Amino acid sequence: MLELTDVSKQVGAETHIDSVSLRLEGGTLNVLLGPTLSGKTTLMRIMAGLDKPTSGSVYMDGEDVTGITVRKRDVAMVYQQFINYPSLTVYENIASPLRVAGTKPAEIDQKVRSAAELLKLTPYMDRHPLELSGGQQQRTALARALVKGARLVLMDEPLANLDYKLREELRAELPKVFAESGAIFVYATTEPAEALLLGGNTATLHHGKVSQFGPTLDVYRNPVNLQTARTFSDPPLNTLSIAKRGSSFDLGESTSVPVASNQQALADGTYTAGIRPHHLWLDRPNGEFVEVTGTVVVCEITGSESFVHVDVLGQRWVALTHGVRNLDAGSSVPVYLRSSDFLLFDEHGQRASALMEAA
Amino acid sequence: MARIELSHIRHSYKPNPKSDEDYALKEVHQTFEDGGAYALLGPSGCGKTTLLNIISGLLKPSEGDLLFDGTSVKDYSTQDRNIAQVFQFPVVYDTMTVYDNLAFPLRNRGVPEDEVGRKTRDILELIALEHKAGSKAKGLGADEKQKISLGRGLVRSDVNAILFDEPLTVIDPHMKWVLRSQLKELHRQFAYTMVYVTHDQTEALTFADKVVVMHEGQVVQVGTPDELFQNPEHTFVGYFIGSPGMNILKCAMNGNQARIGEHTIELSGLGNPPASQNTELGIRPEFVRLTEAGSGMPIQIQAVEDVGRYKIVRGLLDGLPLNAVVPEDQSIPESAAVEFDTQRLNLYADSWRVAREA
Amino acid sequence: MDKTLNNKAWFMVLPVLLLVAFSAVIPLMTVVNYSFQDSFGNNQFFWAGLDWFQELLHSERFHNALARNLVFSGLILAIEIPLGICVALCMPRKGIGVPICLVLMALPLLVPWNVVGTIWQVFGRVDIGLLGYTLNALGINYNYTQDWLAAWITVVVMDVWHWTSLVVLLCYAGLVSIPEAYYQAARIDGASRWAVFRYIQLPKMHRVLLIAVLLRFMDSFMIYTEPFVVTGGGPGNSTTFLSIDLVKMAIGQFDLGPAAAMSLVYFLIILLFSWIFYTLMTRDSDSTANASKGGSEA
Repeated sequence: MLELTDVSKQVGAETHIDSVSLRLEGGTLNVLLGPTLSGKTTLMRIMAGLDKPTSGSVYMDGEDVTGITVRKRDVAMVYQQFINYPSLTVYENIASPLRVAGTKPAEIDQKVRSAAELLKLTPYMDRHPLELSGGQQQRTALARALVKGARLVLMDEPLANLDYKLREELRAELPKVFAESGAIFVYATTEPAEALLLGGNTATLHHGKVSQFGPTLDVYRNPVNLQTARTFSDPPLNTLSIAKRGSSFDLGESTSVPVASNQQALADGTYTAGIRPHHLWLDRPNGEFVEVTGTVVVCEITGSESFVHVDVLGQRWVALTHGVRNLDAGSSVPVYLRSSDFLLFDEHGQRASALMEAA
Repeated sequence: MARIELSHIRHSYKPNPKSDEDYALKEVHQTFEDGGAYALLGPSGCGKTTLLNIISGLLKPSEGDLLFDGTSVKDYSTQDRNIAQVFQFPVVYDTMTVYDNLAFPLRNRGVPEDEVGRKTRDILELIALEHKAGSKAKGLGADEKQKISLGRGLVRSDVNAILFDEPLTVIDPHMKWVLRSQLKELHRQFAYTMVYVTHDQTEALTFADKVVVMHEGQVVQVGTPDELFQNPEHTFVGYFIGSPGMNILKCAMNGNQARIGEHTIELSGLGNPPASQNTELGIRPEFVRLTEAGSGMPIQIQAVEDVGRYKIVRGLLDGLPLNAVVPEDQSIPESAAVEFDTQRLNLYADSWRVAREA
Repeated sequence: MDKTLNNKAWFMVLPVLLLVAFSAVIPLMTVVNYSFQDSFGNNQFFWAGLDWFQELLHSERFHNALARNLVFSGLILAIEIPLGICVALCMPRKGIGVPICLVLMALPLLVPWNVVGTIWQVFGRVDIGLLGYTLNALGINYNYTQDWLAAWITVVVMDVWHWTSLVVLLCYAGLVSIPEAYYQAARIDGASRWAVFRYIQLPKMHRVLLIAVLLRFMDSFMIYTEPFVVTGGGPGNSTTFLSIDLVKMAIGQFDLGPAAAMSLVYFLIILLFSWIFYTLMTRDSDSTANASKGGSEA
């Protein structure tokens, strides 16, 4: 178990990590999700012992390791760049951490072969890294990290430099690979979709702060604050300032929607509503939906789905709809939405429904 | 803006290419219409960047000809072809201000300073960087630098085409949405001929009117996003477009019936391939219906990935891997079966799609 | 990026600190000590205060030597930096030519300083030297032992021959690290050869040029061996640089006090000029440092 308590990192006047507390259990996959410069890499460096936090402590299995350097910790790292020994074969690359540790040759052979099997590298054992595709090079780096048997494996955007399809394949295999180890995995990414596909737990980062940490789907479905909802949304979260007056929400431009049954207990006042792109409909669905009129800005078609960028209620929103929609820019479209899909946040950006449940 | 014709172009990086293997780009014969937005989509090493460099003039093709509006430009230098290009990593002139960066291509061509000023200010407004006009370019973020790269192309109103080489690689996911829609908007307003190279299907499909899918140095299909999704001409297109890609199931044909293991699927109007060829059925995971066992073909579920908006069910149908996409709110039955939407089935013979009967 | 603070690291560098202390700091302090004293041999010292410094700063001999040094360094920088950039620009970027050029360029740097001096001393001799003999045979009056101009030209050309390679190698390293996309973009933007140099190559070479200028300034300002071997500071005092003057004073005349004062002033001048160069050349690159820090996570 890896535990960070109140870890902060100052560099000069800048705060890179702002009092982060996390508890990562053995045998779990933990995703650090956040945009560039949100502090993912710095946090990983602190976990690894490459950086020392300005304040706070790092515990590994209950032992304070805050000041202990990376050499004395039991960690493995995989980077965005494919880092292998160019002069060694794939076999020797994977075997290298074991050779350093002085493992018996028979044991090395057995471990290397099983790691290679897991990552589908068996046919390439005698090749050199530069003779392999990017995907295979990164598999080699992953195999080397796994074979080390480290208690903590850190991966910093390991798939970012790979082709889309290769990324998809590796992403589907990784959870299996993780499950067979027993180590704590930490995986940094900028892409919400990647976090969802990997599952496990997710910590959303923004400006060096962890805005939420929990099971990935839980964080996605029930963000406790606006920042988490924004970070964990691709396409970007649609937002709108709304006012609750009795049994309806005033959306502005003399439009209102009835308050859903589970939102009745909410106090009157203004809220920020977050509406996920797939909760905006362009065809009238069944149920309690309200129609508002939007102006099409741009349509993006992916084959199975279309992203329709619309100006609605003074905001620029993205609606994710099924099928092909090629609407002319500037044309009017009806947009349907309902209040039970709203993620409501108070003026401090805290989830209003969460406050309500606590009360 | 111009219409770009690639006439029987082949390219090899080897001096004396002999077999087809030696060509990084096998024969490409393709026209990019004036004012169209095209994407070249394919995995790394498929020849898409080679093709782009041939259009921009950074590379001279081993064989074939390149025409802009009917005029051969094969022997023209990059400069004379009058094209703009945006690279994977933002290229800005560090020591210049944002304004000077944008004015650079005009000043190089001896445009009078008052016109330079007018055009540059227009572009600054277009890429929403007016407030940064006087700042040095090197302190800016990746997305702003990439906008400058784009702006340097747009500032020359007479360019024949704008080429993009994976321009969003270094951009954060949220910023990608903004830049992508701005690009589309620009295209709609000014009808530039645009060619966009990428390995990312979402970028290609959302950007382009027509997507050119490339595989091992060859163009395997040119089509609208809808066509590529519904009717991939080649199993590679089926696999490459869509996430997860199309399910490709080996089958045996018997008249209008396809046999997968012990299951028989009635095919109507899918055409009859010669019996000698390898036949496969293609069905998108989106068109695989998951039902309770009893109706349909039973499958063995291996994994369910809940990705929030929907779930990906990975299973085995008679030992063949089969993926299905099911809605967020549908529960996964204990023992499951699948049904195919027969309207969405495609038949492939030796990897190429068999044309439907009229 | 910031590193883990590890106090043990200080123990690791302790041996080097001690070495530096013995080889640099302690001798320097001895020099400082000498500079405030007068000695008449027999290890007898008298307190002289700032006398030596006052005398030195008012001495014409010092002024002249300093002026010669400044002119020499100025000439060296004005010739070697542009020449080095030009040669680096002309060098091939790929193929068999690369290793050949690199070896050729490295050759002069491998020759010991006194050997360089001896080579040129012989090369320039009017009686047997290839250069001196040829020039005179062509009717050009060249004799570095009698003519101050000939002596200067010889010393400057010798230094250019010896050290331009260093500038070339540094610039070449800077040039090859520029991504190909920059050149492609420039071609597309219709940039001229000069514009490519001015807006791409020069800015990207900025850092290596800073190193080149600093190294060449410090080295040329401290030049001793080569002119000493070739001209011995002559004819007259025309090539007597500060270093040569210093050695004459300290060893030839055994004036330890004035020599010590002079070394200190000499040292401070080098420090001052290096600092000026450094600040001037890094003045507007602070934002680069920030940008690269920002980019390190990307």
